Amino acid sequence: MTLPYQVGSGTKFFMNFPVTERSHTLEAYRARGGYKALTRVLQEGMQPTDVTKEVSASGILGHGGAAFPAGRKWGVIKLNDGEPHYVCMNADEGEPGTFKDRWLLEHVPHMCLEGLIIASYALMGRHGFIYIRGEFDLAYRRMRDAIEEAYAAGLLGENIMGSGYSLDVVLYQGAGSYVCGEASAMLASLEGKKGWPRNRPPRLTVKGLYQKPTVVNNVETLANVPVIIGQGVEVFRAVGTPKSPGTQMISISGHIARPGVYEVEYGYSWEKFLYEDCGGMQGGKALKCVIPGGVSTKILNADELKGVTLDHNSALAAGSQLGSGGMIAIAEGTCMVRLARVIQRFYHHESCGQCTPCREGMGWMERVLDRIVRGQGRPEDIDRLYYISNANDGTTICSLGDSAGYAVTAILDHYREEFEYYVKNGRSMFDGQLTVEDPFAESLATWHALNPGQLSPTLAAGGHHG
Amino acid sequence: MTSTMTSIQHLIPEFERWKTRYPAGFEGSLTIPCLHRIQQERGYIADSDIDELVAYLGVPRTQVDEVLGFYTMFTRTPRGRHHLQVCHNASCSLRGAEGLVAHLCLKLGIRPGETTSDGAFTLTTVECLASCGTAPMMMVNEAYHENLTPATVDALLEELAR
Repeated sequence: MTLPYQVGSGTKFFMNFPVTERSHTLEAYRARGGYKALTRVLQEGMQPTDVTKEVSASGILGHGGAAFPAGRKWGVIKLNDGEPHYVCMNADEGEPGTFKDRWLLEHVPHMCLEGLIIASYALMGRHGFIYIRGEFDLAYRRMRDAIEEAYAAGLLGENIMGSGYSLDVVLYQGAGSYVCGEASAMLASLEGKKGWPRNRPPRLTVKGLYQKPTVVNNVETLANVPVIIGQGVEVFRAVGTPKSPGTQMISISGHIARPGVYEVEYGYSWEKFLYEDCGGMQGGKALKCVIPGGVSTKILNADELKGVTLDHNSALAAGSQLGSGGMIAIAEGTCMVRLARVIQRFYHHESCGQCTPCREGMGWMERVLDRIVRGQGRPEDIDRLYYISNANDGTTICSLGDSAGYAVTAILDHYREEFEYYVKNGRSMFDGQLTVEDPFAESLATWHALNPGQLSPTLAAGGHHG
Repeated sequence: MTSTMTSIQHLIPEFERWKTRYPAGFEGSLTIPCLHRIQQERGYIADSDIDELVAYLGVPRTQVDEVLGFYTMFTRTPRGRHHLQVCHNASCSLRGAEGLVAHLCLKLGIRPGETTSDGAFTLTTVECLASCGTAPMMMVNEAYHENLTPATVDALLEELAR
């Protein structure tokens, strides 16, 4: 099943064609002007440094969540160091709330691949990698088929387009690990090992995959490269804001009337996006808050969104980040304590166990939140959550533990009274409500009748992970 | 899934083809792809598979053990014929994941983490599968099933039980 095709406002670099049974194929992509950017690079005498110059001039910021300038990342690779260089497409989309890369992989796999080929040429790489999350089904098959089509058409392999440039691409399936979306963990996984992040320096652009200089770019970042090189820096920069040029693929979910993937120009009104493009909240409810860019970004309530635009600077000024563009809308009447409990279960499950503050802290935070939602919270528990979160901040190799702290304490900052009420009264201020419309409400009521005293079928003690 | 231990030798020509696209000398990278392929055939990773893979790739046995322990998709024990994985992360919880799990528990008579006595279904709860806009959802073996309702779940379970 494919994702719904959504129409928003403004310029579209990706969502600009009707999705059909064949629109992802090489033939269809070429008919839309696909691989013209690669043709320009390989057949019109562009040098690798020319490509990097144009990508730098475009001002494109990485779309994986950290918004680091892609051109600057490429620019540090020393082309004449005699080492192999690797480019790896990060398609391990796993930040909760984020599913925009999946849309790109399913619908424009060749555009992603063209970006990877151009990036590999710019960095003089002989091998490129696509690290795709192991659970993806259609996205995996579409990308696998795109790679085989590209080999058959001479767009991959030896002597591409007769240019003398050769590139092999490996499509590598992850095996179920959130932390492998972190670039150094991803490279460890690509080496066939457990996905443990590692300390920098040395940076991955110095010692990355197989100890060689490596650039890891998000799917959407690479998919923008054919736009920049093919349509030109001017066309790209004409869209968005001076500091956040181009478009952002936003995936929106939660209590929103029209969930899905949208392509918006940076600088677009956040409220207009929510209330007009996405149709407001389910059942006409009022908005309580949004998780702006994946659960690792701090929540913003309805008031804080007023006048904010969808770009990195505006989101930062509002006190959060645009992150991975994975937005989750939450309606009035939702129990934020229960939601924090759900979110923290995720961080505990995904902590890789390497750094003590995170390995111990994630479980500790989960246990504290668990006893609060079971009505056994203690008055000091709220401050304890801040304490554990602070103990993680900046003390671990990767930012998983930091993110959990930001996510949970931002909810505490905004809705402390809900936690205090829960601790004091042993029950939720909002009856533990998580849904606005629950298709399975009848089954849930039956389950509760058969399991008196138990909180939820998904919050059984101990957790259940296959 | 078979009960008799078959060798993985018949998969080696396929593994050899994969190698051609990797930089030379980095066969260890194939550990995860090979394990995926073996599990796809057998349904789980048997001790003998590890022995053969270690011998074939020349990687330390600890590396394979660590990989099997680290990644949630690999299993050392057989699962039910149909592995139902329900996402219970934030977005799915906001659209009815708890009720979906309740519905499956009632229908199958098992709790998350368990397998039905006939070996047909294993139910697990999992974290985000990047299907947030089409919640609630679950994976059945390799396939995504999205925007689930009681009617679609019941129809699916009936079809799978056949």
